[in-house]
Amino acid sequence: MTARGSFLLSGLCALSAIVGAQQLPDRSKAPAVGPPPALKLPAVERRTLSNGLQVLVIGVHKVPAVHLELAVRTGVGADPPSKAGLSSLTADMLDEGAGSRSALEVSDAVEFLGADLSTSGGVDAAFVQLHVPVARLADALPIMADVIARPTFPDAELKRLRDERLAALLEMQDDPEQLVRVAFPRLVFGSQHRYGSPEIGTAASLKTIETADLKAFHAAQYLPSNAVLVAAGDVTADTIVPLLEQAFGSWKPPATPKPSSVPPARQLTARHVYLIDKPGAAQSQVRIGGIGVPRSTPDYFALRVLNTVLGEAFTSRLNNNLREVHGYAYGASSRFDMRLSAGPFFAGAGIQTDKTPEALREFFNELTRIHEPVPLAELEKAKNYLALLVPRTFETTRGTADALATAWIYGLPGDYYTTYADRVRAVTAADVKRAADKYIQPDRFAVVIVGDRKTIEPGVRALNLGPLTVIEPAEVFK
Amino acid sequence: MLSCAVLLALQLQAPPPAAASGPRLEIPFTQFTLANGLHVILHEDHTVPLLTVNVWYHVGSAREKPGRTGFAHLFEHLMFMGSKHVKYGDFDQLLEAAGGTNNASTAEDRTNYYIDAPSNALDLALFLESDRMAYLVDAMSPKTVDAQRDVVKNERRESYENAPYGMASIEIAEMLYPKGHPYRWPTIGYMEDLTAATYEDVVDFFRTYYQPGNASLVIAGDIDPAQARAAVEKWFADVKPGAAPVPPIDYPHANLTEVKTKTIHDRVQLPRLYLTWLTPAHLEPGDAELDVLSLLLAGGKNSRLYKRLVYELQIAQDVAAVQGSKALNSEYQIVVTARPDADIARIRAIVDEEVRKLQQDAPGDREFRRAINQIESSFYDRLERVGGFDGVGDELNAYYADAGNPGYFNEDLARYRALSPADITAAAARFLPLNRRVELVVEPAK
Repeated sequence: MTARGSFLLSGLCALSAIVGAQQLPDRSKAPAVGPPPALKLPAVERRTLSNGLQVLVIGVHKVPAVHLELAVRTGVGADPPSKAGLSSLTADMLDEGAGSRSALEVSDAVEFLGADLSTSGGVDAAFVQLHVPVARLADALPIMADVIARPTFPDAELKRLRDERLAALLEMQDDPEQLVRVAFPRLVFGSQHRYGSPEIGTAASLKTIETADLKAFHAAQYLPSNAVLVAAGDVTADTIVPLLEQAFGSWKPPATPKPSSVPPARQLTARHVYLIDKPGAAQSQVRIGGIGVPRSTPDYFALRVLNTVLGEAFTSRLNNNLREVHGYAYGASSRFDMRLSAGPFFAGAGIQTDKTPEALREFFNELTRIHEPVPLAELEKAKNYLALLVPRTFETTRGTADALATAWIYGLPGDYYTTYADRVRAVTAADVKRAADKYIQPDRFAVVIVGDRKTIEPGVRALNLGPLTVIEPAEVFK
Repeated sequence: MLSCAVLLALQLQAPPPAAASGPRLEIPFTQFTLANGLHVILHEDHTVPLLTVNVWYHVGSAREKPGRTGFAHLFEHLMFMGSKHVKYGDFDQLLEAAGGTNNASTAEDRTNYYIDAPSNALDLALFLESDRMAYLVDAMSPKTVDAQRDVVKNERRESYENAPYGMASIEIAEMLYPKGHPYRWPTIGYMEDLTAATYEDVVDFFRTYYQPGNASLVIAGDIDPAQARAAVEKWFADVKPGAAPVPPIDYPHANLTEVKTKTIHDRVQLPRLYLTWLTPAHLEPGDAELDVLSLLLAGGKNSRLYKRLVYELQIAQDVAAVQGSKALNSEYQIVVTARPDADIARIRAIVDEEVRKLQQDAPGDREFRRAINQIESSFYDRLERVGGFDGVGDELNAYYADAGNPGYFNEDLARYRALSPADITAAAARFLPLNRRVELVVEPAK
């Protein structure tokens, strides 16, 4: 039994009451908070397998489980021009047949071990993740290695996944939240830039993808020299590396990595409003923004602090204004989506239909006000909030593995997480203002609205934000 | 807003396949009750320098009065609007300045709140939590009620009215339950009831249900239990006990005697089928069996419904099966989203065929073992995080609420380990009658 049981005795309760009576709390002011505790991260053990695969091992010993995350440096930048979605579909197909196992057999074998295996293709990397009790690790590793190194890409499975994606693209048109998520990058980056189309591809591009494409993509991109394997959990390098060598050592494809990249997008030059009609919608889903910054920006910490003030924290200006002060929305936020190439910056919310023009005005008020120096107390609050988020990341095996994989993908220094809090604290109000002047230019932003045109169009036009174009939902999925 | 399908948590030895057994996990805790009735549970974990302060009030939408649906959830929002010694806005401002976060949620049977913060902020977290438990209504005004009323209405618009299939759960509850049953109305509430809620309702609800004797408090994470206990005793010393204990809930029992069907239209392109049964309450006999059944039907590629509908026939986009466990009774639900041109009647016939097979023949040993192994692993996973929803702090409170024992982890897992394949068949036959259920179809609007 884990429970120590209760010592729930009336005598103790009485004692509590007496103690309480002697020490009535002083509520005249909030209790002071002392200096924040230091985060001591376990050391990362770095090894390299005989095939050149880098391995990072970090101990998280609370639960007898381990999270393995393989990150491959590939992504939408490697999609051929007419085959948007190839990178993502290749990742999705890895576990649909691998080694000697069929798709059903891979799934059965993994689940029987009480393990969880997932594959996914993101913007800047593809991931294969295995979460497994340590006692089952040796049984699960060969399956993971097959999925990474020896996927079979059966025709029938490709057809099934492609049809699922085509249906998913239809579903995305039904959901105003998803629709604005697709429409905004299309209208900001345009149809010719890769960031302007969904990561999963378009109906047209998906129909051109054959198993030969998947095989060629895998052969060119999934290479030990182009990947990192992170192990976070109840393991040490000495115990796990021999198992990894056994499972992955024979993965020696002949190719050399061909670096892929996404060319920088051209910044917007004028404000433009786009309206997608959803007759009768109870809310307008809105995104306002433009081209942001790449992950490598030297202004990273200034921008994180800026965005915490503007739209990341619950008390941020956008959420406070639109939700708390005006009650126009359930929540409002903003975000710099930082990628290898400059991703989007946007502020957004779901706004009750009849308050759409009023809410847009408040968005622009805040996007303007952020250019004034941020008051000291507000700045300090944002910096503390941001600095102290880091320990949360390292509470779980998965969070820890993700953090190390992310640092590898973006080439962050080895002391990135341990110096993070100090670098956040070093940001000044002047830094934030400089970043705002450089990156928040509301007179050049696109305003994308998915909502009930009949109700909102007159009020939106009256704001005179810029030219207004009405867009059909299907257009942004082409 | 359904409560968690499977409130698992925990532990122990890794199961067979290969007969190895893993290390046993310990979740040590201590508990005590203050003179004002507040029950307190402490759990130490120094993995990272964070702590969580997690409070459950044992009241949810099931306690709402007619004409005031959605009130428990609106009240949850009001808990962040300031209290006598914490002016409006300071709750979040002070916590963020200390590097903390917070959230809350409302379900039918309970309302839970957490503050996650660095371990130096224990006193601040307890100051905020105790002040609103003792003095919330001192700071309340009709204006604050109005402000959150607008936010909650927008939450309803965003999560229900403007979301594809968003109104399905509201329709289903009205078909499942008789008038006056506490699960008949949605936790988010009806729009007109949100409009009707008054300041007087807030005061009344606070005095009746937000008394310390109707709450439990967990402090978990990077704490010294003796210090944490002293801090709790200090900060909650001036929280007055309630005037009268919360009476047991009285309600007309639900009982389906036939198949009830309905079709609604929504702005979607893929039709969707919802089949719903009334099933045993959380932790009652049959509850664990139905969790296992969910994995057999819709957990992974080899599960029976997924394999046939999504993998082989490819007439469905996705399929889900879940035992939505709650205090008064649970709801078992199978949901299938059809491919654009698929026939819902055919899908329903296949679902029935597969359910019927499991009502007649026990599942195979391997598929049964696969499901149990997944459940056992999920107990490990739930122990990794201390804070937030479903973290260890929240789980300790959940077990205390549902089983009267925060340390019910072992007993909970034991429920699953004790099952045999034949038990699943018996439960499917008894609790999922094909002729007594609710069938809702969402069709694309023309």
